[in-house]
Amino acid sequence: MNQKTSFNAKLLMVAVASVFLVACKSTPVTPAKVEDKSPAGASTGADSGADTGAIKEVAIDSSANSAGNSALKDPNNILSKRNIYFDYDSDAVKAEYRPIIEAHAKYMQANADAKMILQGNTDERGTREYNLSLGQRRAVAVKNSLNLLGVKDSQIETVSYGEEKATQNCAGDSCDKDRRVDIVHQGD
Amino acid sequence: MKLNQFNLVKSLFFGAIFFFNAIAHAALEIEITGGGAQQIPIAIVPFGGAPFGGAANTKDNISEIIAADLNRSGLFRVLETRGMANLPTSPAQIKYAEWTALQAQAVTVGSVQSVGGKLKVSFHLMDALKQTQLAGMDYQISPHQVRTTAHKIADIIYQKMTGQTGLFASRIAYITKTGKRYALQVADADGYNPQTVVSSNEPIISPAWSPDGSKLAYVSFEKKKPIVYVQSLTSGSRQVLANYKGNNSAPAWSPDGSKLAIVLTYGANSQIYTVSSGGGDLKQITKSTAIDTEPIFSPDGSQIYFSSDRGGKPQIYKVPASGGSPSRVTFEGGYNVSPRFSPDGKSLAYIRNDGGAFKVALQDLASGQVQILSEGNQDESPSFAPNGRVILYATKVGGRGALAAVSSDGKVRQRLKDSSGGDVREPAWGPLAK
Repeated sequence: MNQKTSFNAKLLMVAVASVFLVACKSTPVTPAKVEDKSPAGASTGADSGADTGAIKEVAIDSSANSAGNSALKDPNNILSKRNIYFDYDSDAVKAEYRPIIEAHAKYMQANADAKMILQGNTDERGTREYNLSLGQRRAVAVKNSLNLLGVKDSQIETVSYGEEKATQNCAGDSCDKDRRVDIVHQGD
Repeated sequence: MKLNQFNLVKSLFFGAIFFFNAIAHAALEIEITGGGAQQIPIAIVPFGGAPFGGAANTKDNISEIIAADLNRSGLFRVLETRGMANLPTSPAQIKYAEWTALQAQAVTVGSVQSVGGKLKVSFHLMDALKQTQLAGMDYQISPHQVRTTAHKIADIIYQKMTGQTGLFASRIAYITKTGKRYALQVADADGYNPQTVVSSNEPIISPAWSPDGSKLAYVSFEKKKPIVYVQSLTSGSRQVLANYKGNNSAPAWSPDGSKLAIVLTYGANSQIYTVSSGGGDLKQITKSTAIDTEPIFSPDGSQIYFSSDRGGKPQIYKVPASGGSPSRVTFEGGYNVSPRFSPDGKSLAYIRNDGGAFKVALQDLASGQVQILSEGNQDESPSFAPNGRVILYATKVGGRGALAAVSSDGKVRQRLKDSSGGDVREPAWGPLAK
């Protein structure tokens, strides 16, 4: 990841304001006397963050990781299967995914230095932060299955994308693909 | 949109059309879809001085900005001034009978003058019946501060005429998704002057303003996992606030800005922690095997409210901000999440799943009474205006993310459309400008 700070000169507007409140209470019909106290009051924009001052933009360019272990990439190897799907509102790992989880468990045990990330996902229904937590619960469910098969906690990180990768405006079956855990190996 | 539910006052509608020219350049266009039952008739006479009260180096027209703000609140009926024989620019020039004939309760007059490279803005708010001054202000500003100054004047008018603190001179933060690019943006509360704070090809969620409005905390997935950052708006410097194993999310500032509540998971479910605003001093606040997330401090800083499924379905709970035993806050409805405090601490907005439709609910904490305020099916992220009178939230319009706002009494509705065609979400309303 490269972090690039771009600077837009057009946006550099240092707030220099002197603002004076005059005669707020009711006064006779004659115009209020307007006082100018600016020489003492001019100040530079130390608090311009709360004003409509300039904002410095930060642009993040993510770079793809390099290729990893070929067994993990081989489409004929079960290790290339990386998605565990869940029922609606459920974090139960279904029996049909046991062969995939067993294969990854075997790989992790054979490669003691290998690390994996389990990324939980939800469909878009519900609020983003709550879905982040629901996705996490699914990632933890897969981690627990891997733990039972002998994979150490130190090799696994569970994270969640919540609904961030979900299909927009999903309906019926298209929501089913959103409720899943993605298995990501280090170097993928 | 249910226009017929509300008494859309004709003149308000024409007023809004009149100002469409003025808002055509905004990235977020604001459409009013309802009005308050009682609207204060007010004349905002065009400011004298530089062309139309604008100024060299700026297209901004002070009286139009003020009028647009007041119209948008739904609490005012801004009277048409075109065609009037006399357009006063100082209180002495006002012929009050002409304005009271239009039912004006108040008249504002003002002028803009160039003084060196600066602008001198004078403004008077006059009671049309008593013919007395309600407020008078004199500002010396730089040309780029015209809009902010107009919003501050609108806030003074709002405060004098309604008795409530204003809200116009403030900013909103929100996330846009355009193509594959995510951006955290900040704009004036009227949608003008949008500026990108940070942009990324990975998701950005959960922006949270520091109490002084100088920084935003947010969650970025740029490293393929949620990490909490704090970024200064003026310098652009960003700091990792929390990057622990697992998820780091849901930042919420304490009212004094000294710490933030965050959610961490390590290898298990979401739990609430506090961390000092400079990072470090990590303290675990909730300890459960359930989901505990979406923390928010009460305005007095003593409590943290949060959503949790510890009782089966998600509900809102509270816990002392220093830790302790949680107690349940919401009992009605099977799914209540995303709590947000009104600035006075008297009510709580949150999202309720109402038979499969997610809507903004507002609960009076003393009486426990709940009102459903929003009309969408996928409404999220409620956020109070700094004066507590309006709640901004995320909704969907035609399958796309958009922002909407509703007055806390449910009577005035606005929709903010992004003219760039992207998705808009995750709004957070910042504090009033000083």
